[in-house]
Amino acid sequence: MIDPALPLYGDLADPTPKIRVRGLDFFYGDQQALFSNDIDIAPNRVTAVIGPSGCGKSTHLRVYNRIFELYRDQKAKGDVLLNGESIFAPTMKLLELRRRVGMIFQKPTPFPMSVFENVAYGIRLHYAVPKSELEGRVEEALKGAALWEEVRDLLHKPGTALSGGQQQRLCIARAIAVEPEVLLMDEPTSAIDPIATAKIEELVDVLKKNYTIVIVTHNMQQAARISDFTAFFFKGYIVEFGETRQIFTNPKNKKTEEYITGRFG
Amino acid sequence: MKKTQNVRRREVINHIVSVLSGLAALVGIFFLGWILWTVARQGLAALNLDFFTKLPAPPGSDSGGLANAIAGTVVITLLATVIGVPLGLFTGVYLSEFGRVSHFGRMVRFTTNITTGIPSIIVGLFVYTLLVVPFKHFSAYAGAVALAIIMLPVVARTTEDMLALVPNALRESALAIGMPRWRMILAILFRAARSGLLTGTLLAVARVSGETAPLIFTAMNSPYWMKSLAEPTANLTVTIFNYAMSPFDDWKRLAWGASLLIMATVLAVNILARYLLREKK
Repeated sequence: MIDPALPLYGDLADPTPKIRVRGLDFFYGDQQALFSNDIDIAPNRVTAVIGPSGCGKSTHLRVYNRIFELYRDQKAKGDVLLNGESIFAPTMKLLELRRRVGMIFQKPTPFPMSVFENVAYGIRLHYAVPKSELEGRVEEALKGAALWEEVRDLLHKPGTALSGGQQQRLCIARAIAVEPEVLLMDEPTSAIDPIATAKIEELVDVLKKNYTIVIVTHNMQQAARISDFTAFFFKGYIVEFGETRQIFTNPKNKKTEEYITGRFG
Repeated sequence: MKKTQNVRRREVINHIVSVLSGLAALVGIFFLGWILWTVARQGLAALNLDFFTKLPAPPGSDSGGLANAIAGTVVITLLATVIGVPLGLFTGVYLSEFGRVSHFGRMVRFTTNITTGIPSIIVGLFVYTLLVVPFKHFSAYAGAVALAIIMLPVVARTTEDMLALVPNALRESALAIGMPRWRMILAILFRAARSGLLTGTLLAVARVSGETAPLIFTAMNSPYWMKSLAEPTANLTVTIFNYAMSPFDDWKRLAWGASLLIMATVLAVNILARYLLREKK
Protein backbone atom coordinates (compact mmCIF):
# COMPACT_ATOMS: atom_id res chain seq x y z
CA MET A 1 0.00 0.00 0.00
CA ILE A 2 1.18 3.50 -0.81
CA ASP A 3 1.72 5.85 2.08
CA PRO A 4 -0.70 8.79 1.58
CA ALA A 5 2.15 11.14 2.49
CA LEU A 6 4.07 9.90 -0.53
CA PRO A 7 3.40 11.03 -4.10
CA LEU A 8 1.59 8.56 -6.34
CA TYR A 9 4.90 7.28 -7.68
CA GLY A 10 5.86 6.18 -4.16
CA ASP A 11 9.39 6.49 -2.86
CA LEU A 12 11.05 5.89 -6.23
CA ALA A 13 11.86 9.54 -6.92
CA ASP A 14 12.02 12.99 -5.34
CA PRO A 15 9.10 13.19 -2.91
CA THR A 16 8.04 16.62 -4.19
CA PRO A 17 6.23 16.10 -7.51
CA LYS A 18 6.90 18.59 -10.29
CA ILE A 19 3.30 18.32 -11.40
CA ARG A 20 0.45 17.08 -9.27
CA VAL A 21 -2.90 16.38 -10.95
CA ARG A 22 -6.00 15.87 -8.84
CA GLY A 23 -9.53 15.07 -9.95
CA LEU A 24 -9.00 16.26 -13.51
CA ASP A 25 -12.08 16.04 -15.75
CA PHE A 26 -12.08 17.24 -19.33
CA PHE A 27 -14.87 18.09 -21.72
CA TYR A 28 -15.14 18.59 -25.46
CA GLY A 29 -18.43 20.46 -25.46
CA ASP A 30 -20.78 18.12 -23.61
CA GLN A 31 -18.61 15.09 -24.25
CA GLN A 32 -16.49 14.11 -21.25
CA ALA A 33 -13.06 12.86 -22.28
CA LEU A 34 -11.17 12.57 -18.97
CA PHE A 35 -12.54 11.27 -15.69
CA SER A 36 -11.03 12.30 -12.35
CA ASN A 37 -7.41 11.80 -13.38
CA ASP A 38 -4.94 11.72 -10.47
CA ILE A 39 -1.25 11.54 -11.19
CA ASP A 40 2.07 12.87 -9.89
CA ILE A 41 4.90 13.68 -12.26
CA ALA A 42 8.33 13.13 -10.71
CA PRO A 43 10.94 15.85 -11.28
CA ASN A 44 13.81 15.02 -13.65
CA ARG A 45 12.24 11.77 -14.67
CA VAL A 46 10.53 10.63 -17.84
CA THR A 47 6.88 9.76 -17.40
CA ALA A 48 5.29 7.92 -20.32
CA VAL A 49 1.59 8.10 -21.06
CA ILE A 50 0.33 5.07 -22.97
CA GLY A 51 -3.04 3.67 -24.02
CA PRO A 52 -5.16 2.96 -27.08
CA SER A 53 -6.22 5.66 -29.56
CA GLY A 54 -8.81 8.04 -28.23
CA CYS A 55 -8.21 7.18 -24.58
CA GLY A 56 -7.37 10.75 -23.62
CA LYS A 57 -3.55 10.66 -23.51
CA SER A 58 -3.05 13.81 -25.57
CA THR A 59 -6.07 15.49 -24.02
CA HIS A 60 -4.52 14.96 -20.60
CA LEU A 61 -1.15 16.31 -21.67
CA ARG A 62 -2.69 19.38 -23.31
CA VAL A 63 -4.07 20.51 -19.96
CA TYR A 64 -0.60 20.96 -18.43
CA ASN A 65 0.20 24.06 -20.53
CA ARG A 66 -3.46 25.07 -20.99
CA ILE A 67 -3.01 24.89 -24.76
CA PHE A 68 -6.54 23.47 -25.05
CA GLU A 69 -7.86 26.94 -24.19
CA LEU A 70 -7.29 27.93 -27.80
CA TYR A 71 -10.54 26.10 -28.49
CA ARG A 72 -13.67 27.62 -27.01
CA ASP A 73 -15.59 24.41 -26.53
CA GLN A 74 -12.91 22.65 -24.46
CA LYS A 75 -13.10 22.80 -20.67
CA ALA A 76 -11.02 21.33 -17.85
CA LYS A 77 -12.19 20.80 -14.27
CA GLY A 78 -10.15 19.72 -11.30
CA ASP A 79 -6.65 20.86 -10.53
CA VAL A 80 -3.12 20.72 -11.87
CA LEU A 81 -0.35 21.99 -9.60
CA LEU A 82 3.01 23.02 -10.98
CA ASN A 83 5.52 23.16 -8.11
CA GLY A 84 2.54 23.24 -5.78
CA GLU A 85 0.84 26.21 -7.50
CA SER A 86 -2.36 25.74 -9.44
CA ILE A 87 -1.95 26.42 -13.15
CA PHE A 88 -5.51 27.75 -13.14
CA ALA A 89 -4.85 30.24 -10.32
CA PRO A 90 -5.47 33.89 -11.25
CA THR A 91 -1.90 34.64 -10.21
CA MET A 92 -0.57 32.15 -12.74
CA LYS A 93 0.43 34.09 -15.85
CA LEU A 94 -0.53 32.04 -18.90
CA LEU A 95 2.43 33.10 -21.05
CA GLU A 96 4.83 32.38 -18.18
CA LEU A 97 3.21 28.98 -17.62
CA ARG A 98 3.82 28.14 -21.26
CA ARG A 99 7.41 29.27 -21.01
CA ARG A 100 7.88 26.98 -18.01
CA VAL A 101 6.02 24.06 -19.57
CA GLY A 102 7.23 23.52 -23.15
CA MET A 103 5.56 21.30 -25.70
CA ILE A 104 6.67 19.19 -28.65
CA PHE A 105 4.00 18.13 -31.10
CA GLN A 106 3.36 15.05 -33.19
CA LYS A 107 4.32 16.67 -36.48
CA PRO A 108 7.38 18.92 -36.48
CA THR A 109 6.13 22.50 -36.73
CA PRO A 110 9.05 24.83 -37.46
CA PHE A 111 8.02 28.48 -37.75
CA PRO A 112 8.16 29.92 -41.28
CA MET A 113 11.56 31.50 -40.66
CA SER A 114 15.23 30.59 -40.56
CA VAL A 115 16.69 27.89 -38.30
CA PHE A 116 18.34 30.60 -36.21
CA GLU A 117 15.15 32.67 -35.92
CA ASN A 118 13.13 29.63 -34.95
CA VAL A 119 15.19 29.35 -31.79
CA ALA A 120 15.91 33.06 -31.28
CA TYR A 121 12.26 34.08 -31.48
CA GLY A 122 11.29 32.58 -28.14
CA ILE A 123 14.44 33.84 -26.43
CA ARG A 124 13.70 37.42 -27.51
CA LEU A 125 10.08 36.94 -26.50
CA HIS A 126 10.91 36.19 -22.88
CA TYR A 127 14.33 37.67 -22.21
CA ALA A 128 16.03 40.98 -22.91
CA VAL A 129 19.13 39.42 -24.41
CA PRO A 130 21.77 41.65 -26.03
CA LYS A 131 22.50 40.73 -29.62
CA SER A 132 26.00 39.55 -28.76
CA GLU A 133 24.59 37.04 -26.28
CA LEU A 134 21.75 35.85 -28.49
CA GLU A 135 23.92 33.83 -30.84
CA GLY A 136 25.45 31.97 -27.92
CA ARG A 137 22.03 31.18 -26.47
CA VAL A 138 20.79 29.86 -29.82
CA GLU A 139 23.90 27.72 -30.20
CA GLU A 140 23.44 26.38 -26.69
CA ALA A 141 19.81 25.44 -27.35
CA LEU A 142 20.73 23.74 -30.63
CA LYS A 143 23.49 21.82 -28.86
CA GLY A 144 21.01 20.86 -26.16
CA ALA A 145 18.80 19.37 -28.86
CA ALA A 146 21.77 17.53 -30.43
CA LEU A 147 21.27 19.49 -33.64
CA TRP A 148 24.12 22.01 -33.64
CA GLU A 149 26.65 19.95 -35.57
CA GLU A 150 24.13 19.32 -38.34
CA VAL A 151 22.87 22.88 -38.76
CA ARG A 152 25.78 25.13 -37.81
CA ASP A 153 26.25 26.00 -41.48
CA LEU A 154 22.52 26.13 -42.23
CA LEU A 155 21.47 28.66 -39.61
CA HIS A 156 20.03 31.03 -42.16
CA LYS A 157 18.23 28.41 -44.20
CA PRO A 158 14.48 28.13 -43.59
CA GLY A 159 13.55 25.73 -40.79
CA THR A 160 11.33 23.81 -43.18
CA ALA A 161 14.37 22.95 -45.33
CA LEU A 162 15.62 20.48 -42.69
CA SER A 163 14.70 16.79 -42.66
CA GLY A 164 11.73 15.65 -40.57
CA GLY A 165 13.89 14.38 -37.72
CA GLN A 166 15.99 17.54 -37.74
CA GLN A 167 12.84 19.67 -37.74
CA GLN A 168 11.61 17.83 -34.66
CA ARG A 169 14.93 18.45 -32.89
CA LEU A 170 14.67 22.08 -33.99
CA CYS A 171 11.31 22.19 -32.21
CA ILE A 172 12.98 20.72 -29.12
CA ALA A 173 15.70 23.39 -29.36
CA ARG A 174 13.01 26.05 -29.70
CA ALA A 175 11.29 24.70 -26.60
CA ILE A 176 14.40 24.44 -24.40
CA ALA A 177 15.69 27.84 -25.55
CA VAL A 178 13.20 29.58 -23.25
CA GLU A 179 14.47 27.56 -20.26
CA PRO A 180 11.39 25.56 -19.34
CA GLU A 181 11.09 23.24 -16.35
CA VAL A 182 8.84 20.68 -17.99
CA LEU A 183 8.78 19.29 -21.54
CA LEU A 184 5.56 17.80 -22.80
CA MET A 185 6.00 15.52 -25.81
CA ASP A 186 2.90 14.51 -27.68
CA GLU A 187 3.91 11.45 -29.75
CA PRO A 188 7.06 13.25 -30.89
CA THR A 189 8.37 10.40 -33.02
CA SER A 190 5.22 9.14 -34.69
CA ALA A 191 5.82 11.17 -37.86
CA ILE A 192 9.53 10.48 -38.32
CA ASP A 193 11.73 7.59 -39.42
CA PRO A 194 13.30 4.99 -37.08
CA ILE A 195 16.84 6.41 -37.17
CA ALA A 196 15.59 9.91 -36.33
CA THR A 197 13.40 8.34 -33.67
CA ALA A 198 16.42 6.68 -32.05
CA LYS A 199 18.19 10.06 -31.95
CA ILE A 200 15.25 11.67 -30.20
CA GLU A 201 15.02 8.81 -27.71
CA GLU A 202 18.71 9.26 -26.84
CA LEU A 203 18.08 12.95 -26.51
CA VAL A 204 15.18 12.42 -24.10
CA ASP A 205 17.52 10.43 -21.89
CA VAL A 206 19.97 13.33 -21.78
CA LEU A 207 17.30 16.01 -21.39
CA LYS A 208 15.84 14.50 -18.24
CA LYS A 209 18.90 15.66 -16.30
CA ASN A 210 17.61 19.21 -16.69
CA TYR A 211 13.93 18.86 -17.42
CA THR A 212 10.93 16.93 -16.26
CA ILE A 213 9.56 15.05 -19.25
CA VAL A 214 6.09 13.73 -19.94
CA ILE A 215 5.80 11.82 -23.19
CA VAL A 216 2.68 10.49 -24.84
CA THR A 217 3.49 7.53 -27.02
CA HIS A 218 1.72 4.96 -29.10
CA ASN A 219 4.76 2.83 -29.09
CA MET A 220 5.00 0.59 -26.03
CA GLN A 221 8.61 -0.40 -26.70
CA GLN A 222 9.44 3.28 -26.69
CA ALA A 223 7.72 3.77 -23.35
CA ALA A 224 9.57 0.77 -21.93
CA ARG A 225 12.92 1.99 -23.31
CA ILE A 226 12.92 5.61 -22.26
CA SER A 227 10.56 6.15 -19.34
CA ASP A 228 10.94 5.82 -15.57
CA PHE A 229 7.22 5.88 -14.86
CA THR A 230 4.27 4.87 -16.99
CA ALA A 231 0.61 5.78 -16.83
CA PHE A 232 -1.85 3.58 -18.67
CA PHE A 233 -4.93 5.45 -19.89
CA PHE A 234 -8.15 3.78 -20.92
CA LYS A 235 -11.39 5.53 -21.91
CA GLY A 236 -10.39 8.71 -20.10
CA TYR A 237 -9.36 7.00 -16.85
CA ILE A 238 -5.85 6.47 -15.54
CA VAL A 239 -6.16 2.76 -15.04
CA GLU A 240 -2.68 2.15 -13.73
CA PHE A 241 0.31 4.28 -12.86
CA GLY A 242 3.64 3.13 -11.55
CA GLU A 243 7.25 2.42 -12.22
CA THR A 244 7.72 1.52 -15.89
CA ARG A 245 9.45 -1.77 -15.12
CA GLN A 246 6.61 -2.84 -12.87
CA ILE A 247 3.92 -1.83 -15.41
CA PHE A 248 5.57 -3.82 -18.18
CA THR A 249 6.60 -6.89 -16.18
CA ASN A 250 3.98 -7.15 -13.53
CA PRO A 251 0.89 -5.06 -14.29
CA LYS A 252 -1.65 -5.07 -11.50
CA ASN A 253 -4.66 -4.29 -13.66
CA LYS A 254 -6.06 -6.78 -16.15
CA LYS A 255 -6.70 -4.10 -18.78
CA THR A 256 -3.09 -2.93 -18.54
CA GLU A 257 -1.89 -6.47 -19.02
CA GLU A 258 -4.12 -6.98 -22.03
CA TYR A 259 -2.89 -3.75 -23.60
CA ILE A 260 0.83 -4.28 -23.06
CA THR A 261 0.62 -7.86 -24.29
CA GLY A 262 -1.01 -6.58 -27.45
CA ARG A 263 -4.44 -8.06 -26.99
CA PHE A 264 -5.97 -4.76 -28.00
CA GLY A 265 -4.77 -1.38 -29.05
CA MET B 1 -27.09 -7.60 -77.28
CA LYS B 2 -29.15 -4.98 -75.50
CA LYS B 3 -26.22 -4.21 -73.25
CA THR B 4 -23.98 -3.28 -76.20
CA GLN B 5 -26.54 -0.85 -77.58
CA ASN B 6 -26.74 0.76 -74.22
CA VAL B 7 -22.99 1.24 -74.14
CA ARG B 8 -23.02 2.70 -77.66
CA ARG B 9 -25.80 5.08 -76.70
CA ARG B 10 -23.82 6.26 -73.70
CA GLU B 11 -20.74 6.71 -75.84
CA VAL B 12 -22.72 8.85 -78.28
CA ILE B 13 -24.14 10.99 -75.49
CA ASN B 14 -20.71 11.31 -73.98
CA HIS B 15 -19.37 12.46 -77.31
CA ILE B 16 -22.15 15.04 -77.79
CA VAL B 17 -21.70 16.45 -74.32
CA SER B 18 -17.95 16.81 -74.66
CA VAL B 19 -18.31 18.50 -78.04
CA LEU B 20 -20.94 20.89 -76.66
CA SER B 21 -18.91 21.85 -73.60
CA GLY B 22 -15.83 22.25 -75.76
CA LEU B 23 -17.80 24.58 -78.03
CA ALA B 24 -19.07 26.59 -75.08
CA ALA B 25 -15.51 26.99 -73.84
CA LEU B 26 -14.43 28.06 -77.33
CA VAL B 27 -17.17 30.71 -77.46
CA GLY B 28 -15.93 32.11 -74.13
CA ILE B 29 -12.32 32.15 -75.26
CA PHE B 30 -13.36 33.60 -78.63
CA PHE B 31 -15.00 36.64 -77.08
CA LEU B 32 -12.17 37.15 -74.62
CA GLY B 33 -9.73 36.98 -77.51
CA TRP B 34 -11.84 39.36 -79.56
CA ILE B 35 -11.97 41.90 -76.73
CA LEU B 36 -8.25 41.63 -76.10
CA TRP B 37 -7.49 41.96 -79.78
CA THR B 38 -9.77 44.94 -80.36
CA VAL B 39 -8.58 46.82 -77.29
CA ALA B 40 -4.95 46.09 -78.09
CA ARG B 41 -5.29 47.10 -81.77
CA GLN B 42 -7.22 50.31 -81.09
CA GLY B 43 -5.33 51.14 -77.90
CA LEU B 44 -1.80 50.71 -79.26
CA ALA B 45 -2.51 53.44 -81.81
CA ALA B 46 -3.13 55.87 -78.95
CA LEU B 47 -0.16 55.00 -76.77
CA ASN B 48 2.72 57.38 -77.31
CA LEU B 49 4.84 59.64 -75.12
CA ASP B 50 2.14 62.37 -75.11
CA PHE B 51 -0.40 59.89 -73.75
CA PHE B 52 1.67 59.42 -70.61
CA THR B 53 3.01 62.96 -70.19
CA LYS B 54 0.45 65.51 -71.37
CA LEU B 55 -2.81 66.87 -70.04
CA PRO B 56 -5.99 66.37 -72.05
CA ALA B 57 -6.29 68.83 -74.94
CA PRO B 58 -9.40 70.30 -76.54
CA PRO B 59 -10.92 67.99 -79.14
CA GLY B 60 -9.37 68.23 -82.57
CA SER B 61 -5.97 69.46 -81.44
CA ASP B 62 -4.65 65.90 -81.60
CA SER B 63 -1.92 66.51 -79.03
CA GLY B 64 -3.40 65.72 -75.61
CA GLY B 65 -2.60 62.92 -73.19
CA LEU B 66 -4.01 61.40 -70.05
CA ALA B 67 -1.14 61.98 -67.66
CA ASN B 68 -3.43 63.51 -65.03
CA ALA B 69 -5.91 60.62 -65.23
CA ILE B 70 -3.12 58.05 -64.90
CA ALA B 71 -1.78 59.86 -61.85
CA GLY B 72 -5.29 60.24 -60.42
CA THR B 73 -6.08 56.56 -60.83
CA VAL B 74 -2.79 55.58 -59.20
CA VAL B 75 -3.41 57.92 -56.25
CA ILE B 76 -7.05 56.89 -55.76
CA THR B 77 -6.22 53.18 -56.00
CA LEU B 78 -3.29 53.49 -53.61
CA LEU B 79 -5.38 55.41 -51.10
CA ALA B 80 -8.18 52.85 -51.44
CA THR B 81 -5.62 50.09 -50.82
CA VAL B 82 -4.26 51.85 -47.74
CA ILE B 83 -7.79 52.13 -46.32
CA GLY B 84 -9.34 48.90 -47.56
CA VAL B 85 -6.55 46.34 -47.19
CA PRO B 86 -5.80 46.73 -43.45
CA LEU B 87 -9.52 46.73 -42.65
CA GLY B 88 -10.02 43.67 -44.84
CA LEU B 89 -7.00 41.91 -43.35
CA PHE B 90 -8.19 42.40 -39.81
CA THR B 91 -11.75 41.44 -40.67
CA GLY B 92 -10.29 38.24 -42.13
CA VAL B 93 -8.21 37.71 -38.98
CA TYR B 94 -11.32 38.12 -36.87
CA LEU B 95 -13.28 35.65 -39.00
CA SER B 96 -10.53 33.05 -38.99
CA GLU B 97 -9.03 33.40 -35.51
CA PHE B 98 -11.73 34.70 -33.20
CA GLY B 99 -15.13 34.42 -34.82
CA ARG B 100 -14.87 31.08 -36.56
CA VAL B 101 -17.83 29.60 -34.72
CA SER B 102 -19.30 32.54 -32.80
CA HIS B 103 -22.65 34.06 -33.62
CA PHE B 104 -21.14 37.46 -34.32
CA GLY B 105 -18.52 35.84 -36.55
CA ARG B 106 -21.19 34.16 -38.63
CA MET B 107 -22.98 37.48 -38.93
CA VAL B 108 -19.82 39.25 -40.10
CA ARG B 109 -19.13 36.48 -42.61
CA PHE B 110 -22.66 36.70 -43.98
CA THR B 111 -22.49 40.49 -44.23
CA THR B 112 -19.13 40.30 -45.94
CA ASN B 113 -20.54 37.92 -48.54
CA ILE B 114 -23.47 40.24 -49.16
CA THR B 115 -21.16 43.25 -49.48
CA THR B 116 -19.18 41.43 -52.17
CA GLY B 117 -22.34 41.27 -54.22
CA ILE B 118 -23.49 44.89 -53.84
CA PRO B 119 -23.50 46.56 -57.28
CA SER B 120 -20.65 49.05 -57.32
CA ILE B 121 -22.91 51.88 -58.50
CA ILE B 122 -24.77 51.62 -55.21
CA VAL B 123 -21.51 51.89 -53.29
CA GLY B 124 -20.81 55.01 -55.38
CA LEU B 125 -24.18 56.55 -54.55
CA PHE B 126 -23.73 55.69 -50.89
CA VAL B 127 -20.37 57.43 -50.67
CA TYR B 128 -21.81 60.32 -52.69
CA THR B 129 -24.42 60.97 -50.01
CA LEU B 130 -21.86 60.37 -47.27
CA LEU B 131 -18.77 62.27 -48.44
CA VAL B 132 -19.72 64.37 -51.44
CA VAL B 133 -23.06 65.97 -50.61
CA PRO B 134 -22.10 67.19 -47.10
CA PHE B 135 -18.82 68.73 -48.34
CA LYS B 136 -20.39 70.06 -51.53
CA HIS B 137 -17.58 68.86 -53.79
CA PHE B 138 -16.33 65.73 -55.47
CA SER B 139 -13.01 64.45 -54.19
CA ALA B 140 -10.26 61.87 -54.60
CA TYR B 141 -10.76 60.68 -51.04
CA ALA B 142 -14.46 60.03 -51.65
CA GLY B 143 -13.43 57.93 -54.66
CA ALA B 144 -10.86 56.09 -52.57
CA VAL B 145 -13.39 55.35 -49.84
CA ALA B 146 -15.84 53.96 -52.42
CA LEU B 147 -13.15 51.68 -53.85
CA ALA B 148 -12.01 50.69 -50.33
CA ILE B 149 -15.55 49.56 -49.50
CA ILE B 150 -15.48 47.33 -52.55
CA MET B 151 -12.02 45.97 -51.64
CA LEU B 152 -12.74 45.23 -47.99
CA PRO B 153 -14.86 42.08 -48.35
CA VAL B 154 -12.61 40.70 -51.09
CA VAL B 155 -9.54 41.04 -48.88
CA ALA B 156 -11.45 39.80 -45.81
CA ARG B 157 -12.59 36.59 -47.45
CA THR B 158 -9.22 35.76 -49.01
CA THR B 159 -7.52 36.48 -45.69
CA GLU B 160 -9.90 34.17 -43.89
CA ASP B 161 -9.40 31.42 -46.48
CA MET B 162 -5.62 31.77 -46.47
CA LEU B 163 -5.37 31.73 -42.66
CA ALA B 164 -7.68 28.73 -42.53
CA LEU B 165 -5.08 26.86 -44.60
CA VAL B 166 -2.45 27.32 -41.87
CA PRO B 167 -2.48 24.14 -39.77
CA ASN B 168 -3.61 24.46 -36.14
CA ALA B 169 -0.38 22.72 -35.10
CA LEU B 170 1.51 25.88 -36.07
CA ARG B 171 -0.81 28.05 -33.97
CA GLU B 172 -0.38 25.72 -31.03
CA SER B 173 3.39 25.56 -31.31
CA ALA B 174 3.59 29.35 -31.34
CA LEU B 175 1.37 29.61 -28.26
CA ALA B 176 3.29 26.75 -26.63
CA ILE B 177 6.48 28.80 -26.33
CA GLY B 178 4.49 31.49 -24.54
CA MET B 179 3.71 33.75 -27.48
CA PRO B 180 0.68 35.97 -26.98
CA ARG B 181 -2.09 35.42 -29.45
CA TRP B 182 -1.77 38.72 -31.32
CA ARG B 183 1.89 38.02 -31.87
CA MET B 184 1.18 34.49 -33.04
CA ILE B 185 -1.17 35.97 -35.65
CA LEU B 186 1.11 38.77 -36.83
CA ALA B 187 4.48 37.02 -36.63
CA ILE B 188 3.64 33.41 -37.43
CA LEU B 189 0.33 33.16 -39.25
CA PHE B 190 0.85 36.21 -41.48
CA ARG B 191 4.29 34.94 -42.34
CA ALA B 192 3.05 31.43 -43.08
CA ALA B 193 0.24 32.79 -45.26
CA ARG B 194 2.09 35.76 -46.70
CA SER B 195 1.95 34.84 -50.39
CA GLY B 196 -1.77 34.12 -50.11
CA LEU B 197 -2.40 37.41 -48.34
CA LEU B 198 -0.42 39.32 -50.94
CA THR B 199 -2.36 37.56 -53.66
CA GLY B 200 -5.65 38.57 -52.04
CA THR B 201 -4.52 42.18 -51.92
CA LEU B 202 -3.42 42.14 -55.54
CA LEU B 203 -6.70 40.59 -56.68
CA ALA B 204 -8.61 43.25 -54.75
CA VAL B 205 -6.57 45.96 -56.47
CA ALA B 206 -7.26 44.33 -59.83
CA ARG B 207 -10.92 44.10 -58.93
CA VAL B 208 -11.30 47.85 -58.31
CA SER B 209 -8.98 49.19 -60.97
CA GLY B 210 -11.66 48.82 -63.61
CA GLU B 211 -14.48 50.27 -61.49
CA THR B 212 -16.18 53.27 -63.06
CA ALA B 213 -19.58 53.69 -61.47
CA PRO B 214 -18.34 54.34 -57.91
CA LEU B 215 -15.97 57.02 -59.23
CA ILE B 216 -18.52 58.90 -61.34
CA PHE B 217 -20.32 59.92 -58.15
CA THR B 218 -17.24 60.50 -56.03
CA ALA B 219 -13.98 61.46 -57.73
CA MET B 220 -15.80 62.60 -60.87
CA ASN B 221 -13.25 63.82 -63.39
CA SER B 222 -11.08 66.80 -64.14
CA PRO B 223 -9.00 68.13 -67.02
CA TYR B 224 -6.25 69.29 -64.67
CA TRP B 225 -3.56 67.83 -62.48
CA MET B 226 -4.81 67.11 -58.97
CA LYS B 227 -3.65 69.60 -56.37
CA SER B 228 -5.26 68.04 -53.34
CA LEU B 229 -7.27 64.99 -52.37
CA ALA B 230 -10.27 67.22 -51.76
CA GLU B 231 -11.08 68.12 -55.34
CA PRO B 232 -12.56 66.40 -58.38
CA THR B 233 -9.83 64.14 -59.69
CA ALA B 234 -9.12 62.80 -63.14
CA ASN B 235 -9.04 59.01 -63.43
CA LEU B 236 -8.84 56.54 -66.27
CA THR B 237 -12.19 54.79 -66.02
CA VAL B 238 -14.38 57.89 -65.87
CA THR B 239 -12.25 59.34 -68.67
CA ILE B 240 -13.01 56.29 -70.79
CA PHE B 241 -16.69 56.74 -70.00
CA ASN B 242 -16.63 60.43 -71.01
CA TYR B 243 -14.31 60.21 -74.01
CA ALA B 244 -15.67 57.07 -75.58
CA MET B 245 -19.10 58.65 -75.85
CA SER B 246 -17.81 61.91 -77.25
CA PRO B 247 -18.09 62.59 -80.99
CA PHE B 248 -14.37 63.41 -81.34
CA ASP B 249 -11.99 60.92 -82.92
CA ASP B 250 -8.94 61.94 -80.91
CA TRP B 251 -10.82 61.60 -77.63
CA LYS B 252 -12.10 58.19 -78.69
CA ARG B 253 -8.55 57.19 -79.43
CA LEU B 254 -7.45 58.27 -75.95
CA ALA B 255 -10.31 56.22 -74.47
CA TRP B 256 -8.98 53.15 -76.29
CA GLY B 257 -5.51 53.88 -75.00
CA ALA B 258 -6.81 54.15 -71.44
CA SER B 259 -8.73 50.89 -71.88
CA LEU B 260 -5.60 49.10 -73.03
CA LEU B 261 -3.62 50.51 -70.12
CA ILE B 262 -6.17 49.28 -67.55
CA MET B 263 -6.53 45.91 -69.23
CA ALA B 264 -2.79 45.36 -69.35
CA THR B 265 -2.41 46.38 -65.71
CA VAL B 266 -5.18 44.09 -64.51
CA LEU B 267 -3.76 41.25 -66.58
CA ALA B 268 -0.29 41.81 -65.17
CA VAL B 269 -1.59 41.97 -61.60
CA ASN B 270 -3.56 38.76 -62.09
CA ILE B 271 -0.57 36.95 -63.53
CA LEU B 272 1.60 38.19 -60.66
CA ALA B 273 -1.00 37.00 -58.14
CA ARG B 274 -1.14 33.55 -59.73
CA TYR B 275 2.62 33.36 -59.80
CA LEU B 276 2.85 34.24 -56.11
CA LEU B 277 0.30 31.62 -55.21
CA ARG B 278 2.14 28.99 -57.19
CA GLU B 279 5.42 29.95 -55.50
CA LYS B 280 3.83 28.93 -52.22
CA LYS B 281 3.08 25.41 -53.39
